[in-house]
Amino acid sequence: MATYLEFIQQNEERDGVRFSWNVWPSSRLEATRMVVPLACLLTPLKERLDLPPVQYEPVLCSRPTCKAVLNPLCQVDYRAKLWACNFCFQRNQFPPAYAGISEVNQPAELMPQFSTIEYIVQRGPQTPLIFLYVVDTCLEEEDLQALKESLQMSLSLLPPDALVGLITFGRMVQVHELSCEGISKSYVFRGTKDLTAKQIQDMLGLSRPAVPMQQGRPLQTPQQPVISSRFLQPVHKIDMNLTDLLGELQRDPWPVTQGKRPLRSTGVALSIAVGLLEGTFPNTGARIMLFTGGPPTQGPGMVVGDELKTPIRSWHDIEKDNARFMKKATKHYETLANRSAANGHCIDIYACALDQTGLLEMKCCANLTGGHMVMGDSFNTSLFKQTFQRVFSRGYNGEFRMAFGANLDVKTSRELKIAGAIGPCISLNAKGPCVSENELGIGGTSQWKICSLDHNTTLAIYFEVVNQHNAPIPQGGRGAVQFVTQYQHSSTQKRIRVTTIARNWADAQTQLQHIEAAFDQEAAAVLMARLGVYRAESEEGPDVLRWLDRQLIRLFIFHLRRSPFLQVFNNSPDESSYYRHHFARQDLTQSLIMIQPILYAYSFHGPPEPVLLDSSSILPDRILLMDTFFQIVIYLGETIAQWQKAGYQDMPEYENFKHLLQAPLDDAQEILQTRFPMPRYIHTEHGGSQARFLLSKVNPSQTHNNLYAWGQESGAPILTDDVSLQVFMDHLKKLAVSSAS
Amino acid sequence: MSVNQQAHTGPPYGQPQPGYQGYQQPAYGGQSLPGVPQAQYGAYNGPVPGYQQPVPPQGSLRAPPTSGAPPPASGASHPSGHLAYSQFEHGDVQNGIPASAAPMQRPPASQPFLPGSAPTPVSQIPTFQQYGAPPASVQQLRNHMAGMTIGGTAASAPPPAGLGYGVGPSSYPPTTGAPRPPAMPGPPLPGQTVAGPPSSQPNHVSSPPPPSTMAGLHPGPPMSGLHGPPPPTHPPQPGYQMQQNGSFGQMRGPPPNYGGAYPGAPNYGSPPGPPPPPKRLDPDSIPSPQLNELPPQQKPRHRIDPDAIPSPIQVIEDDRNNRGSEPFVTGVRGQVPPLVTTNFLVKDQGNASPRYIRCTSYNIPCTSDMAKQSQVPLAAVIKPLAALPPEETVPYLVDHGESGPVRCNRCKAYMCPFMQFIEGGRRFQCCFCSCVTEVPPHYFQHLDHTGKRVDFYDRPELSLGSYEFLATVDYCKNNKFPSPPAFIFMIDVSYNAVKSGLVRLICEELKSLLDYLPREGNMEESAIRVGFVTYNKVLHFYNVKSSLAQPQMMVVSDVADMFVPLLDGFLVNVNESRTVIASLLDQIPEMFADTRETETVFAPVIQAGLEALKAAECAGKLFIFHTSLPIAEAPGKLKNRDDRKLINTDKEKTLFQPQTSFYNNLAKDCVAQGCCVDLFLFPNQYLDVATLGVVPYQTGGSIFKYAYFQLETDQYRFLNDLRRDVQKEVGFDAVMRVRTSTGIRATDFFGAFYMSNTTDVEMAGLDCDKTITVEFKHDDKLSEDSGALLQCALLYTSCAGQRRLRIHNLSLNCCTQLADLYRNCETDTLINYLAKYAYRGVLSSPVKTVRDALINQCAQILACYRKNCASPSSAGQLILPECMKLLPVYLNCVLKSDVLQPGPEVTTDDRAYVRQLVTSMDVAETNVFFYPRLLPLTKADVDSDSLPAAIRNSEERLSKGDIYLLENGLNIFVWVGVNVQQGLIQNLFGVSSFSQISNALSTLPVLENPFSKKVRSIVDMLQGQRSRYMKLIIVKQEDKLEMLFKHFLVEDKSLSGGASYVDFLCHMHKEIRQLLS
Repeated sequence: MATYLEFIQQNEERDGVRFSWNVWPSSRLEATRMVVPLACLLTPLKERLDLPPVQYEPVLCSRPTCKAVLNPLCQVDYRAKLWACNFCFQRNQFPPAYAGISEVNQPAELMPQFSTIEYIVQRGPQTPLIFLYVVDTCLEEEDLQALKESLQMSLSLLPPDALVGLITFGRMVQVHELSCEGISKSYVFRGTKDLTAKQIQDMLGLSRPAVPMQQGRPLQTPQQPVISSRFLQPVHKIDMNLTDLLGELQRDPWPVTQGKRPLRSTGVALSIAVGLLEGTFPNTGARIMLFTGGPPTQGPGMVVGDELKTPIRSWHDIEKDNARFMKKATKHYETLANRSAANGHCIDIYACALDQTGLLEMKCCANLTGGHMVMGDSFNTSLFKQTFQRVFSRGYNGEFRMAFGANLDVKTSRELKIAGAIGPCISLNAKGPCVSENELGIGGTSQWKICSLDHNTTLAIYFEVVNQHNAPIPQGGRGAVQFVTQYQHSSTQKRIRVTTIARNWADAQTQLQHIEAAFDQEAAAVLMARLGVYRAESEEGPDVLRWLDRQLIRLFIFHLRRSPFLQVFNNSPDESSYYRHHFARQDLTQSLIMIQPILYAYSFHGPPEPVLLDSSSILPDRILLMDTFFQIVIYLGETIAQWQKAGYQDMPEYENFKHLLQAPLDDAQEILQTRFPMPRYIHTEHGGSQARFLLSKVNPSQTHNNLYAWGQESGAPILTDDVSLQVFMDHLKKLAVSSAS
Repeated sequence: MSVNQQAHTGPPYGQPQPGYQGYQQPAYGGQSLPGVPQAQYGAYNGPVPGYQQPVPPQGSLRAPPTSGAPPPASGASHPSGHLAYSQFEHGDVQNGIPASAAPMQRPPASQPFLPGSAPTPVSQIPTFQQYGAPPASVQQLRNHMAGMTIGGTAASAPPPAGLGYGVGPSSYPPTTGAPRPPAMPGPPLPGQTVAGPPSSQPNHVSSPPPPSTMAGLHPGPPMSGLHGPPPPTHPPQPGYQMQQNGSFGQMRGPPPNYGGAYPGAPNYGSPPGPPPPPKRLDPDSIPSPQLNELPPQQKPRHRIDPDAIPSPIQVIEDDRNNRGSEPFVTGVRGQVPPLVTTNFLVKDQGNASPRYIRCTSYNIPCTSDMAKQSQVPLAAVIKPLAALPPEETVPYLVDHGESGPVRCNRCKAYMCPFMQFIEGGRRFQCCFCSCVTEVPPHYFQHLDHTGKRVDFYDRPELSLGSYEFLATVDYCKNNKFPSPPAFIFMIDVSYNAVKSGLVRLICEELKSLLDYLPREGNMEESAIRVGFVTYNKVLHFYNVKSSLAQPQMMVVSDVADMFVPLLDGFLVNVNESRTVIASLLDQIPEMFADTRETETVFAPVIQAGLEALKAAECAGKLFIFHTSLPIAEAPGKLKNRDDRKLINTDKEKTLFQPQTSFYNNLAKDCVAQGCCVDLFLFPNQYLDVATLGVVPYQTGGSIFKYAYFQLETDQYRFLNDLRRDVQKEVGFDAVMRVRTSTGIRATDFFGAFYMSNTTDVEMAGLDCDKTITVEFKHDDKLSEDSGALLQCALLYTSCAGQRRLRIHNLSLNCCTQLADLYRNCETDTLINYLAKYAYRGVLSSPVKTVRDALINQCAQILACYRKNCASPSSAGQLILPECMKLLPVYLNCVLKSDVLQPGPEVTTDDRAYVRQLVTSMDVAETNVFFYPRLLPLTKADVDSDSLPAAIRNSEERLSKGDIYLLENGLNIFVWVGVNVQQGLIQNLFGVSSFSQISNALSTLPVLENPFSKKVRSIVDMLQGQRSRYMKLIIVKQEDKLEMLFKHFLVEDKSLSGGASYVDFLCHMHKEIRQLLS
């Protein structure tokens, strides 16, 4: 077993891929019986410090329907300078540049350790990165100030040649012109009127019909940048200008009467942002960054009316079909997201407000374009400030940890077909021989577009074994999958990363042990969870749980069932959207944390240790550190809390206590440092109101119902009617047995 | 005149003025001979038979009858005066002409002919003058008339004579001869009498002859009577001509010629033809009184002596002399104020000053039957916020406390001097509806023994005709006190505007102009806030909030759905945002310096201003500076629909109508918000003033038009207009209602405003120059005892945001005798009303219909007088009421105006512009607009402050050797004769010769010599009197531009077919006679 664990780990580190099954059942029938589908989690841009990109173009299979990239699994005839494609078996000539090839002189892509390889190609014009800020001005003074500062700060984090633009909105939408000296100039749009891209471009003066026509001159290509440059300027040029502009930004001046929400034209603002980029920089990497402090209250995409007495929709309203703006708004944002994605632009949403901000409706903007979604209480919190800062964080080599406009192409050997993908992507509708008719997630294609991705962005890709039972695969046969990701690197280079993997086929009837042994429980859990979440997004909640119950077993499921990804109880629609958004893009480890939070205990009894996520772990003399991905909770047990109040940590003789208190803080800090988005950091103690974050997550093994635990020192009772893991397992066992019979 | 003529004919006349006769006759003959004139004449007669008829009759008349009777009269009456006059004339004329006295004289005569059919009139005039000479201007003698007519005929002859001058005797004889014979015998003579002369006589004065005439005359109004030739003469039109000829003939020629003469007759027109025309009669230059007298001499020459028909100049002069010296005290009911041309002070003693209200008649018929019979329109021309001279006090502001002004319970009339307090002062009876209302406790006051309140003199509303009330919150929109109004400057920055330098000019000017926004009373700074917008096919708003370091520009390209992009910082206090505004105004010209945008929008601009005011919840005014037809894609987009082919068709009215109803709706919205629009237009081509003007017009705004704007020549004029427009007193969000005594009712309103119901005149803005003309109709009987009262109440927001009511009260007499009505009319006001009525008519009826209706109404007015008030006399006499003797000449001017009779050089835009302009003119403005003021500059007394005496608007009056100034409220022409002394040219223009004078001058050069100073001070004085800065145009005689200038010589026949004064007078006479018969 150990070997498999190592194998899995090694594979993940080298290729960023984890399969649910690492030995594949060789026929469709058997594969279906396995319940957990053959699928993998792919992190296309997994950070590989040891992987220097090569500076030439990949060699492609010449069959038009294949075009697979030359890889270590290909059979090479060094003498004839031929290679056979391992997907379609086409025999190809090496290009002239490979004339010197031989067994000892192999190009990198043929070496086994380069099952993942990255090419830098010099095709096409290099366009600078584009950052378009879309800023809500209907904020409290304090919030706006904080946001302005964050934005000003961000200018210094951008690459100097990056183009920036600014759109502000409130009741009106203003597109600021950045090139002008003296008078600052902006184009203003009504916040209630949906405009087509064409109209927007006309009104911004971006369309240029008259000029060439009138002059009878041929189109002048240099003209375009000149035009658009009014709104998008290189940071280094308008750095000061923009800083001033941001500084002078006022709160939306339109009066808000008592009992009303401010009029916020988020829908139109986004529409204009999308239209602007669409007209000026199609198909180049660009980020639209939306900062909003409340729900859209007018125009297309409005989520709630401006009457404060009508609260924003809840899950209850949605179930009762009582959310009157939801469908329309969702449609508006979906249209925008699709347009934006089609142009390779991504949309980030930074929503900071105490109430909901309409993430439910707007989620597709981030989900389909690979944009970030950040939810906080205020722009004036470190949660937002640091998260925002982290968007611009740089990798070890000083490169931005972001990439744009990725195009993921998946190729499979004949026995496999592609059922779909789940992640921050949209389909490119590339039909081909390796596309399955059964769809799981976003299917019907072998190519997806990911407008923005970073080193953690992870897609779940589902396959279908199509080999018929009566056509057995020869012994030792291997199935292969190749992932080709073309993307725009943050340095504006165009790169192609190719990952080719292969797994053994096994006959489930004869080699069941092998298959079982190669089962990756963690990957399977996450993959199933993604499927579940994907379904939850599109289907009714209870149905999904039932589907999951029918499909699954095992530990994770207990927590998954209780997680906010599937349970909407106690979560607002915005929160659910937020959690699901992140779940659908994080890598395996993070996903696992999300499903089953990690709990560490710190005590004088020994070094920090992971403990069961169970109420029995809550003891008076322990400090607990829980990481749920979205929250980091430090919980001081009853006794510890009392000690702390008594001030023992300040006494020199109790320095060890001080260290004990400090240890979880340090660990938490470490997590905070690396995670995006920044988790909510909670420091609480026994009986503290915020302890609820911990109590709601742990397995309620002791509740007010099983009184035997009362008075014992073994943890804290949870006041809940939820079943505990014990009960769940008992029930599950019963079910398993009965269904087996 | 007839007399004169006779005299001429006969030796006696000749005796007095031997040379003269000789001249005339030859001239006459000459004229007739020319043949050319004939054509004109013929044309004249031909086209308007009516005209001809009168004319001929005159001629005929003259000859026979006149000769007999008239001569004596004229001779008798005039003898002394006449002689003197004649001498004068002669002297003058000759003097004036010195070099070639004869030629000089001729020209004038001939000229009149040339221009139009004028000649005849001219001839008549002389006769007229003669009469006039007789001093007793007022009285006319029917006899005179008769004589006149005769004279007229004779006069008719004279004109030719004028021509004849030039021609020479030889030719003369034949023509004259020919006509005569027939004339003599024929009845035609009477017809001739028609000629104006009689009328003029009355005006001028009575003369000795009067005695006889006197008898015939009605005591009251003088009338001029033209003898119409008895019907018999009329029948044959040809006969008329014949007659004319005949008359001529009488004068000179032998009958035999007649035949030949006949053709000659047409020559009448020809007179102009004669080469001599260039010369002018100096007589004109002579002081008016003399002029009047001069006629005698002329008479002999012409059929109708132009000087013998009623002269506006004389009337104005007389009024000035008679009434200009003493203040006009308004205490008496139904008192006719002095003319608008007279400078006088007003003392308010219970009636509103004529500066606020002028009526067509100050004595109203008691019954509607009477009113209908007279056809005199009952109208008041109201200028509620009129500016007063510094010597007069502005209306006092009265505060009646929280309960608001005291008003009648029933009709809601405001407390005024005519309210009757009863029951010891506890109640008052409304003077309008007779309802009795309790006096509110806080307003109670005891009465003295005469029934007057003890505090009568302490309360303006009890003792004055005009005063203001402070309005309470009930009088405010939405029951909220208004915010101070705002001015928004909206500047076209399209290519044309930038290139012409206009944008820069406006921005520069605004920088200083903003310090002169209207202030209330003695406030430190103006409460008015300002905002700025520039636009081409998109709009740019500017945030000029004081806290900003730099202004911010906000572009709105969504013109289809206009909105205001900002609230805070758009409308600002000038002082607080001074630096930001200055910076903005500096940068605007730079920002658009290289614009290539040629298309503009218009409606969205107004919408933007409207929305801005709405958002700021205040009233205000938009100053829009616009250059071109708005063809960019946007609401209110217009297309070029200028089509001159429509002129004189039934579709002509469409040229005055807006292209689309869009602007009407927009105007309605503007009025509802109190958004007044002032439009400054700088077109280089057609931009559809008729449509663009809808909003300014209906919101009480103004339009200023500077065609082919050029920085060098037009900037001064534009800037002056702009300054004045920005600085002048203005009220916002105004509603005006006119209440009247039971018996009459305000039924119709003319002016720049909007009405949503039938009684309330709503104006988004109302400035001190805007006038509303209100027409009244009877709905019951009035009584002579109580008279008729008007109360005009204007509710408005002052420039500081104070809600006020301005009340003007006026009491009028009522009459049961038509004579009383005619004695208390005011022709200037009448013309104001008629012009506005006609100018509105062109929107819905063909222009010809409108013109005919005008003529018809005036004919009825005059016929009614003739029938009911004038003493019985020959039907051939034209008798005009003293108060209306200028009606024909002024009416003719209205009929000839660009709107009603456009010449080829008048653009569609000009007509629409003038049409709207006239609609809100006051009486003084219409007066000078229709009958321009013509001043002989070379006659000005360099040492005094006074203006030189004006002369009549006829080319005949111009002398080649003089420089004249003509102003009509829009333009000032400086006309320079070809023979002007070099010294004068040097002094005035700083160049050494006539040919070096530049037409391009827009101002007179500043030269340090008395003449230059004097002329410039005259120009400045005139500019100061007008609400708009007039365009100065230098016209050199015989230059291209002279055509333009001649257009304003309104007594002459106009190129576009307008009749000359004399011809028109004849025509009127014919109309009247037709009505009478």
